[in-house]
Amino acid sequence: MRSGAKILTLVLLLANPVVAQQLGDPDAGAEIFSKCKGCHQLGEGASDGIGPHLNGIFGRRAAVHDGFAYSKSMQRAGTDGLIWTAETLDAYVENPRSLVSKTRMSFRGLKDPKDRADLLAYLRVYSDDPANIPEAEPTATGTDHDLDPAILALEGDPEYGEYLATECLTCHQSDGTAQGIPSITRWPEEDFVVAMHAYKNKLRLHPVMQMMAGRLSNEEIAALAAYFINLE
Amino acid sequence: MKFNRRTFLGTGVAAAAAVSAPAVLADGHGKPRVVVIGGGAGGATVARYIAKDSEGAIAVTLVEPTRTYFSCFFSNLYLGGFKEIDDIGHTYGTLAAKYGINVVHDWAVDVDRDARTVSLAGGGSLSYDKLILSPGIDFVEGSVEGWSIEAQNAMPHAYKAGSQTELLKAQIMAMPEGGTFAMVAPPNPYRCPPGPYERVSMVAHLLKTNNPTAKIIIADPKPKFSKMGLFQEGWGDHYAGMVDWIGEEFGGGNVSVDPAAMTVTIDGEETKVGACNVIPAMKAGRIADMAGVSDGNWVPVNAVDMSSKADADVHVLGDSAAQGDMPKSGFAANSQAKVCANAVRGALTGSKVFPAKFSNTCWSLIGTDNGVKVGATYEATPEKIAKVDGFISQTGEDSTTRKATYEESEGWYAGITADMFG
Repeated sequence: MRSGAKILTLVLLLANPVVAQQLGDPDAGAEIFSKCKGCHQLGEGASDGIGPHLNGIFGRRAAVHDGFAYSKSMQRAGTDGLIWTAETLDAYVENPRSLVSKTRMSFRGLKDPKDRADLLAYLRVYSDDPANIPEAEPTATGTDHDLDPAILALEGDPEYGEYLATECLTCHQSDGTAQGIPSITRWPEEDFVVAMHAYKNKLRLHPVMQMMAGRLSNEEIAALAAYFINLE
Repeated sequence: MKFNRRTFLGTGVAAAAAVSAPAVLADGHGKPRVVVIGGGAGGATVARYIAKDSEGAIAVTLVEPTRTYFSCFFSNLYLGGFKEIDDIGHTYGTLAAKYGINVVHDWAVDVDRDARTVSLAGGGSLSYDKLILSPGIDFVEGSVEGWSIEAQNAMPHAYKAGSQTELLKAQIMAMPEGGTFAMVAPPNPYRCPPGPYERVSMVAHLLKTNNPTAKIIIADPKPKFSKMGLFQEGWGDHYAGMVDWIGEEFGGGNVSVDPAAMTVTIDGEETKVGACNVIPAMKAGRIADMAGVSDGNWVPVNAVDMSSKADADVHVLGDSAAQGDMPKSGFAANSQAKVCANAVRGALTGSKVFPAKFSNTCWSLIGTDNGVKVGATYEATPEKIAKVDGFISQTGEDSTTRKATYEESEGWYAGITADMFG
């Protein structure tokens, strides 16, 4: 299997050496993939386990691989239009909850951009059409999607959050009922903040949420998180 | 400084009594009083938020003539057969029982701004420190030649939901095979910009099932309308050959109706119709005139707190307000209500007043599982409520997206009605 990967990579390097270098080293990625193997299979004969197999992941909409029981959150991300590209996979592997708040993938994330680039290069080998992938995402590697720790450390004012929250409650129900629109009550503050910044930075795709989060300051997002975590 | 609402109120109400409430308390009537006229998306929301957040410090009275409120939003889905009439009916019991709001089912017929009283049709009057008007719309008399409120039984407007909506649906169902449904669309500005065109979609859906050779004509005084590209794409996809939109340049504004003969004449051409929906030109609910705060058809307001430009103690929400860039919609009224509640509470009890933020999203259903939306955020400027950012659904979206948009609209309906009625 490893040698097969090498041959494929060689072909790619010849076809488009610059982009292939940006994506990282698939052999190093194969080593990193050992962290993922407990749940995910990749390569010939791969099947679903605790997590879905990852053949052909590039270019696929989230949560559409038949036969795997995805979390509601992952299904919603797919419905909102999340497509697995070098950029979105990079962000997801860096911090899974930035893109999918209640994902069942309990993985703390790969913080080193080079590790992620290598891992993505390895995943890419088993994609449907590897040659076409990097051209669509030339800026994919090295981008740091994770939030500045200073933003996560902000202490929100729940009273301001209560006022700001009135705008959320036109759609999201205050008693936590989810009906076509997800519940946002009692989330861990960090998850809430990470999710809102992912909308603000347009990593998450929902147009209403991009618009609503887009005009909130870091302090306002912290205030909302501080309010909603305690909403009974 | 960090505090939660309870500790803030615990110390804050007493402090507020020393800071800003004296102006009110000095009048010698104890608790400050807010009277809200109109129990829709603006009025029910503002009453609920003031009562809830003041925790008994403000006496709130809500004047609403109907016992059951039928929302205009989603009433088109009833016409299309996607909702039952009871699905869009809401009552005021929770606002009274859980939030302590004095719900008065009566018509407000006059406002004396000097005496700060509201007169009720059933006799008696209500005193206020702050009056909030959210009366929705009334119609401009004579705006459609041949139509008056006396003719609304033959040609319903169905633009205040309830019996009119049920009547219109019954008339559409009773249309002769291959008959014509006509709509006279309103001029700008009016309640719910995409509403007439969502209605056309829903009527088309109903007819496609029950009367597939029927036709729909729309006489429209406007050259274009909200979500026009999306609706026209949808009409082509779902109801090809059924819908004939006659805009301004084809004489759509030159229209008269004869309710007795059931004819509609558009730019000189008379058509016999099986059912006709006349949506006249609109103006602020009449109580705004009685209160003397309107200027022309609408009530100019200050964006920062929705107070009337004529009287700082009279606030106006929703369809009746001339506020700037927001459309007249239930979502907008609900959004304005929360800004207003925050400001009114601050003025009466000294609670903290935060900067105004507004938003709106309007979902429309074009056909089964084919929902679209348009939305924007807004801020208060000294001149008006000004648009900040916005988005609209795209033509050619895939069916997964459109289905999710419809499901989201159902979630929104549950959310906003819970936000209004508790």
